[in-house]
Amino acid sequence: MSWIENRFEEGLIVTSVDWAVNWARSNSIWPMTFGLACCAIEMMAVGASRFDIDRFGAGAFRATPRQSDLMIVAGTVTYKMASRLKRLYNQMPEPKYVMAMGACTVGGGPYFKHGYHVVKGVDLVVPVDIYIPGCPPRPEALLEGLMRLQDKIRHQTLAKSLMTKAKEAVLA
Amino acid sequence: MIPDEDIIQLEAPQLSSPERLYLPQIVDGMRVTLAHLGKSLFKETMTVQYPEEKRDLRVENYRGVHRLNRDEKDRVACVACFMCATACPVHCIHIEGGESPWEDREKYPVKFDLDELRCIYCGMCEEACPVDAIELTHTYDLVGRSREEMILGKEELLAIYDATKAEKPRKNPRITGYPGTGNPSAAGPSLAGGNPS
Repeated sequence: MSWIENRFEEGLIVTSVDWAVNWARSNSIWPMTFGLACCAIEMMAVGASRFDIDRFGAGAFRATPRQSDLMIVAGTVTYKMASRLKRLYNQMPEPKYVMAMGACTVGGGPYFKHGYHVVKGVDLVVPVDIYIPGCPPRPEALLEGLMRLQDKIRHQTLAKSLMTKAKEAVLA
Repeated sequence: MIPDEDIIQLEAPQLSSPERLYLPQIVDGMRVTLAHLGKSLFKETMTVQYPEEKRDLRVENYRGVHRLNRDEKDRVACVACFMCATACPVHCIHIEGGESPWEDREKYPVKFDLDELRCIYCGMCEEACPVDAIELTHTYDLVGRSREEMILGKEELLAIYDATKAEKPRKNPRITGYPGTGNPSAAGPSLAGGNPS
């Protein structure tokens, strides 16, 4: 939806469309299957019946980045994986979100000091929207992160951002 | 080489004519499916409706978000000995010690920053602490939108203690200050790793 974002002046119509678009977006976040290590087990538990991520409309784990909105990076990101991760992130269509799940993904975790092969935080590679600490986090924490992401999506707008306005003012 | 007499030849069992229609199998399968459907429709379901309904952890020693305990005079119980910061395998605790304004100890933490994102919740800080000032609570659903908001300072960790002391009381409230300088006559019933007499 980047072709429509940041293009309109604020007004009644835009806010109504905002509401509808954000409602649809926030309740159909399709995550990408991106389990890298043990956190992926908790991610699978979230998909199963006890925690049931489908209650939030985010249960459709896609096997391709082209169909997904959210990348749940669950597990240790190695330097070798980081380049693949970056490529998969670039292949995702806008709007795209990243959730860093677990201590390894967020900041290296137990590999922080002596892990020669571990990226010290996935936000060095891709922009992260939600950080979920834990080793591994409980499934509830992942659901909490998903709800925080939904909150974030609900506050997005199609109207021109201050940054866009400033850019236009400079160019004019 | 396997001798011929050890090799058992198996053949698929011949199906009778009603079985060849696969109707009994379909009925059998549908019975199982419908039994599960009826169970999930009319009896209790397995799903925990998470934000409204929180699951009982069932473990006393679950290691969640940290807290900094207060002693009985509502001061921070930490004595800034740096034991937790040394024990921490991922170096997520940053303490700045200062001279204590109180008489029963020499130091207290001026600053106590704990990076919840880097922490791996191993509980080593809790084990290392000589005065049981840092403890891990049962809070498990802390998430953040930025790194900055996930670095908890002293006041925030103390606030977590205030919020969670009802559900998980401080393990050993007797010890304040250096071990030995407290009042042994006020000893609780048990003291882990020490001798109350």
